[in-house]
Amino acid sequence: MTEAVISLHGVSKVFHPPRQRPYVALEGIDLDIQAGRFVSVVGPSGCGKSTLLALVSGLLPATSGQIVLSGRPVSAVRSDVGFIFQRDALLPWRTVRENVALPLRFRGVPATVAGSQVTEWIARVGLSGFADNYPHELSGGMRKRAQLAQSLVNDPPVLLMDEPFSALDVQTRNLMENELLELWGASRKTVLFITHDLEEAIALSDELVVMTAGPAGTIKARYPIDLPRPRSVTEIRFSPAFVALYERAWNDLRDEVLRSYQRSLSAS
Amino acid sequence: MTQSAIGVTRVPLSERAGVIRSLQILVMLGFVGTWEILSQVGVLDKFYYSRPTLIVPTIAEWITQPGTTLFRDIGVTLLETVLGFAIGTLAGVATGYAFARNHLLGAAFDPLFSMFNAIPRLVLAPVFILAFGIGLASKVALGVTLVYFIVFFATFTAVRDVDPAFIDNVRILGARRRDVTFQVLLPAALSAIVASLRTSAGFAFAGAVVAEYIGSNEGVGRRIAVAEAFFDSTGVFSGIVLIAMLALALDGLLQLVESRFSRWKPRRER
Repeated sequence: MTEAVISLHGVSKVFHPPRQRPYVALEGIDLDIQAGRFVSVVGPSGCGKSTLLALVSGLLPATSGQIVLSGRPVSAVRSDVGFIFQRDALLPWRTVRENVALPLRFRGVPATVAGSQVTEWIARVGLSGFADNYPHELSGGMRKRAQLAQSLVNDPPVLLMDEPFSALDVQTRNLMENELLELWGASRKTVLFITHDLEEAIALSDELVVMTAGPAGTIKARYPIDLPRPRSVTEIRFSPAFVALYERAWNDLRDEVLRSYQRSLSAS
Repeated sequence: MTQSAIGVTRVPLSERAGVIRSLQILVMLGFVGTWEILSQVGVLDKFYYSRPTLIVPTIAEWITQPGTTLFRDIGVTLLETVLGFAIGTLAGVATGYAFARNHLLGAAFDPLFSMFNAIPRLVLAPVFILAFGIGLASKVALGVTLVYFIVFFATFTAVRDVDPAFIDNVRILGARRRDVTFQVLLPAALSAIVASLRTSAGFAFAGAVVAEYIGSNEGVGRRIAVAEAFFDSTGVFSGIVLIAMLALALDGLLQLVESRFSRWKPRRER
């Protein structure tokens, strides 16, 4: 068995909003992810799944427990990961080329070397004709591609994705999912993928993690997904193995979604 | 009709550049003509309201007079405007940025700044003239107080409201503190400054003219004050027309600057 690239032990996160009661977002999270695996986390909204990514990347400090990423404990923001945000995170005042070049620029890579790497990645995500456009001139799907190029140009071993495609329409989304699988297949990075969409999670992953409803979200169940690769996310949903998996996981998820919904009703 | 019959789309009247331009000229001519006619037939008293056919020769005379001081006056007013604008903008950006980045500082100064912002600052003109004299400094000071608050609040809100996703993203991409400042926070501030550029420059110009009008020995505003003292309404209106022309030219120039810096923005936000 290979060494875990991402490992969380007894991790919890408590928020202390001013003039409000402390809020326990995550509690008792234990999770090990082996190198090269594609792992998806699903859970109802408010279960703390996005917080989980913020903890792994070091954007937020964990309240307790230990997180180790690529062999080093996480104690500050880690720039040895790629992070795809749910919202548009491209700098609006920079062109696609300038945005994709940012991580290289921050690392002091010489402009000539950076230039060819940037051009190559822009081509790999299919944006060659749009390198000198500003983000607002692109469609939502194209902006996601640019973000992928920006996060991967530096070749990080780990890719963290926070509901990256949730704002896209269904067709664009399936396209992007397939392209993500292609990119992943070529590089075999370790991927931790957050989504609320069970279908998406199963279609993409090697392993599915279902979380309980928040507050104090924790891991409810883990399912290995042994569907054959390479996969097409649009077609794999019709395979009997997929349907069987979906039904099992949905049984777990449904209870949590209901619980989350009831809590949101009683809270308001 | 024959054109639309074969499917050539016609540009609507309201979107044709030539039509719009002609209408604009027509409206201007209508305004000036009405003024002239009302004055000629005696509805508007020439003594108070002057008339275009008196104003145009007066301005022409100002320009062509041997040893004219008109260009010196314009130069003085523009210098006051530029200084007031530059100092006010620099101070506004520096403090706006600092206050947005330091919550305690922002909170501590909030009531004081709100109070100063609530004062109609043109009433400070006499104070500045008493304090700084009738020269350049008092005009610049008034311009600075006008510009400062516009730029301060624009910068403050822009930096405070920077999407946290931008900051999180560049940090993960490897940005150091300095990179966050120069790649995210300052560009956001710059965008706010550019957006407030035309307003604040207009205020700097207004501040200079008003302060000149109240107490000065040169500048365009001074011309109006002198004409007024002689009950010379034509002189007053000539000064006003001159100021309007200068303000339009200034605004046109800044529009160019603004569009140069706004290429990255969606059209509706420009």
